[in-house]
Amino acid sequence: MKKHVWRPLWVVVVLVVIILLARWVYVPADFGVQDRGYTFGYHRLGNEKEWQAQTPRYQGNNYCADCHEEQTARLAGGSHLDFPCENCHSAAGEHPTKPEKLAIDRSRALCLRCHVKLFMPSSGRNTIPGIDPERHNGTGDCVDCHNPHKPNLEEM
Amino acid sequence: MKRRDFLKHAAVFVSGVSVSLSALELIDPKEVLAANPDLRWGFLVDTYKCVGCGFCVKGCKIENDIPLEANVTRTWVERYVMTKNGEVLMDSPRGAQDGYTSKLIDHGASGKKLASDKEIAQAFFVPKLCNQCSTPACVQVCPVGATYQTADGVVLVDRKWCIGCGYCIMGCPYGVRFFHPVEHVADKCTFCYHRISNGKTTACVQACAFGARQIGNLRDPNDPVAKVVMKQRVGVLRDEYGTKPNVYYIGLNEEVR
Repeated sequence: MKKHVWRPLWVVVVLVVIILLARWVYVPADFGVQDRGYTFGYHRLGNEKEWQAQTPRYQGNNYCADCHEEQTARLAGGSHLDFPCENCHSAAGEHPTKPEKLAIDRSRALCLRCHVKLFMPSSGRNTIPGIDPERHNGTGDCVDCHNPHKPNLEEM
Repeated sequence: MKRRDFLKHAAVFVSGVSVSLSALELIDPKEVLAANPDLRWGFLVDTYKCVGCGFCVKGCKIENDIPLEANVTRTWVERYVMTKNGEVLMDSPRGAQDGYTSKLIDHGASGKKLASDKEIAQAFFVPKLCNQCSTPACVQVCPVGATYQTADGVVLVDRKWCIGCGYCIMGCPYGVRFFHPVEHVADKCTFCYHRISNGKTTACVQACAFGARQIGNLRDPNDPVAKVVMKQRVGVLRDEYGTKPNVYYIGLNEEVR
């Protein structure tokens, strides 16, 4: 072939080589078609492990009960028996090391999430004892009168 | 060549050629297993049990580092109020991260509406989250291979690979994807992949005191979620999109979109 054909052709060849080299450096070895095929599984496999390695914050009631036996025993017989501790006591994380002390939410707003009386037929909300927040106890905290661990009205 | 021989050879040739190549291909056991794995995460929502407290939304945000002050969320709870004259009222203020504490239904720019108790025919809450579809539209549209589905059926986003183009956010028919305000990549519910892969339940399931949310293995016939999905009347959202969602609802109404 003639020189003037080769010259641009070389430019193209060099460009292709550079792009392929850059791709080889940049794209990790585990990137490609995985279990779910090309359409749904084209990805970097290592990312699945990255997601799995994220540390959980919420630990669950059993984790709390392991040390705080006395406190969890107080829930017995009350309607908050199965209520998740961490919903009010905040996520345990690596407690007792990190954080050493949990921030407890004793606010009125927290109780009102469930205990504002709403008319919701065909919903579990209707079966929960509720109040009208504008008429019941001003803006005072519920926990001043009610025991959040055993909120039964008879034992107030 | 004799005519008889020609016909013989032609018959052998044609029958040989007509055996399709795929019939001769060896089956890879790995591929067969991948198509039918023994783990497929599925989710079950009981709308009768949900009370709209929003602890699931708050728990999800804290567990997964989604800022509470940003108006984006991986899961949210919607309130539906149907009046006796056929009106459908719906709201989900800030994804219900602070629960429902008012009878006023938030219609955004058009103000707040009040349906009096006498007018209400039925009213209930519907928790929403990623449906982890079997044929996810959001994954198909990703131009860089940053979002994908794992073998056990969870759709994830590779934060190092995502270029933030937003196609997937537009592509999801359920609107479960959003732009992460801190990470600056597309974000979505992962079914708490870090928790379910390590023997825990999701943060939202754990935060729910009423058993309205459950997660399980749809391939295990003894799994409580799989049992309900197989034996009871459950519905999925927007079936007509053909995405084959894997979040099942008990007590779904046609008014729920």
